[in-house]
Amino acid sequence: MENPSFLHPQYESLSRAEIEALQTERLQKTLQQCMKSPFYRKRFEENHISPRDIRSLGDMSKIPFTTKQDLRDNYPFGLSTVPLSEVVRLHSSSGTTGKPTVILHTKRDIEQWADAVARCLYMVGLRPGDVFQNTSGYGMFTGGLGFQYGAERLGLLTVPAAAGNTKRQIKFITDFGTTAIHAIPSYAGRLYEVMSEMGIDPRRDTRLKTLVIGAEPHSEEQRRRIETMLGVKAYNSFGMSEMCGPGVAFECPEQNGMHIWEDYYIVEIVDPVTLEPVPDGEVGELVLTTVNREAMPLLRYRTRDLTRILPGDCPCGRHHKRLDRMKGRSDDMMILKGVNIFPIQIETILMQFPELGNEYLITLTNEDANDLMTVEVELKEFSDDYPKLQALTKEITRQLKDEILVTPQVRLVPKGSIPVTDGKAVRVRDLRKTLI
Amino acid sequence: MTVHQISVFVENKSGTLVKVLDLLKDAGIQLIASTISDTVEYGIFRIICSEPMRAKAALDAAGVSSSMADVFAIALENYPGTAADAISFLSRAGIGISYLYSFMLSGKGILIFRTDNPEKTVEVIRMHGIATLDDASLLSLV
Repeated sequence: MENPSFLHPQYESLSRAEIEALQTERLQKTLQQCMKSPFYRKRFEENHISPRDIRSLGDMSKIPFTTKQDLRDNYPFGLSTVPLSEVVRLHSSSGTTGKPTVILHTKRDIEQWADAVARCLYMVGLRPGDVFQNTSGYGMFTGGLGFQYGAERLGLLTVPAAAGNTKRQIKFITDFGTTAIHAIPSYAGRLYEVMSEMGIDPRRDTRLKTLVIGAEPHSEEQRRRIETMLGVKAYNSFGMSEMCGPGVAFECPEQNGMHIWEDYYIVEIVDPVTLEPVPDGEVGELVLTTVNREAMPLLRYRTRDLTRILPGDCPCGRHHKRLDRMKGRSDDMMILKGVNIFPIQIETILMQFPELGNEYLITLTNEDANDLMTVEVELKEFSDDYPKLQALTKEITRQLKDEILVTPQVRLVPKGSIPVTDGKAVRVRDLRKTLI
Repeated sequence: MTVHQISVFVENKSGTLVKVLDLLKDAGIQLIASTISDTVEYGIFRIICSEPMRAKAALDAAGVSSSMADVFAIALENYPGTAADAISFLSRAGIGISYLYSFMLSGKGILIFRTDNPEKTVEVIRMHGIATLDDASLLSLV
C-alpha cells in the first residue's frame, strides 16, 4: 500500500540504496553540465580533476567547495551552464553585505522547484480546498514566488498577501477562510498580538490549522508557543535562494527534523574549521550539491548554516535524511573568551522562562581585553517587586552560564524597548574593538 | 491607610522618562510625588498622582510597562524627630522597609513606603495612632 502522504511516491518511497543510486546517476549528469560553465571548467582544471574522477558518492570529497564568494566573483552569469536564451527566471540577493549574487533558472528548474514545494505542503496535509496565505516578501526574495508556484502546483487557493500590513493580513485570514500560512516565526507572534488587540481569537474566529515557518532560527519552545497561541501545527521549512529557495527540506507530520529531498540534493555536514565530514548526529556546516538543476548547478556549496543529520529512521516511512533545526550560521558564531557560542543556545534558555517575552538582544563588548556579553531580554509582565526581579535575573544568568560556560550580564528590560526590525530580527551586536 | 502608587518600568536611557511624563500631561494628570530608583539593572519610576486609575489606563493604552500597588502613606507633624519616631516603631516591631520616600504637603511631612510585612505594619500604625492618608485625603492636601 502506498503512503497517502506521498505526493511523489516514486521519489518519496525510495530506500537508502535507491536514493544513493539515483544521486550517483544524477551527479554524473550534473558534473557534465557543470563543465559548460566557465567557472567550473576553470575550477576543475586548476584542481587537476575531471568529472571522470568522480565515480561514486565516496569521491565527492575530491570536488572543491563552492562558496558565496565564488557567486559574487562570477556575478552575474559566470556560473551559468546554459545559454541565457534558455533562462526564464533570475533571483538576486540584495548585496547589502557586499556584491550581489544571482541564481538562474530554466523553465524546467522552475517546474522542479514548484514540485519540491508542492511535495512539502502535501506532506503536512495540505490539499486542494485549502487556502494558503503567503506572508513572504515577493520579488527577489524566493520565499514569495517559491511558495506561490508550489502551492498553486498543488492546487491550493494561494493568496500572495506578501509582507507587512498586519491588519490587512488578518482581514484576509478571516475573510478568505485561510487554513495555512507561511510566515517567519517572529511574524507569527506578531499576527497573534495584533489579533488579540483586534479582539480576534485565532482558535475560534479563523480556520487556521497549519503554519509553515522558516528563514529565522528559532527554538522548539518558540515553536510550541506559536502553536498554542494560534491553535495550529507549525512545520519547519528550510530553503535558501542558492538552492532555489523554499522546498529544500521540510518537516513531516512527525515534527522531528526536516527531510531533505535527496533526489534534488546531496547533503554533507562538515566541520566548519577543518572542512572534514562529521558523523551523523554531530553539528557542522551544511554543504549541498544540486543534482536536479539545469541553469546553475552548484557543487559542494557551503551554506554556512549549522545543523546536524538526525540519526535513525523516521516513522513517516521516508528515507530522505532529516536535518535538525538550524543551529545558527557558521558566520554567526560568537567566540567569547575562546568559547564558541551560538545565539540559538541563548534563545533556548530564555524561552523556558514564562516571565520573559520573545525579544532579546545579545551585545558583545570588551574592556581591557576582557570580553563581556550582555543579554537584554524583555519582561512580559512587570511587577514592582525588586527581590523577585533580582532572583529572576540571577536564575537566568545561572542557566545561561551552565549552557554557554561564560557568565553574561543579564538585563531585564521593558516590553517594546528592543527594536524589532522588519524581517529577520537583529539578535546579536558585536561592539568589541580590536585592541591591537 | 494606603494610597495607589504606579510603578513604571523604565529603560535606562534618555527620553524614556519624558515619554511617561508627557503621557500623564496629555491625560491631564497631576503628579503629587515621584521617585526614581536606579540600579544598574532596572529603572523603576514610582508615582503618586491625582487620578491613579486613569493614569494606569493611559500608560496601558500606550503600551508602557507598569504596575499599580497599595503603599502606606502617613502624615507627620512638621517638627524634628517625628519621622525617626515613626520609623523606629516599625523597626522595633521587626518590620523591614523595602523602600521609602518623603515630601512636604500643606505643612505636613508625608512618608510613602512599602514594608515586608503589611499586616503587622497596619497593627503598628494603629497601635501608635499615627495619622494615615488614602487617595482622597492625600489629594485634599494638594
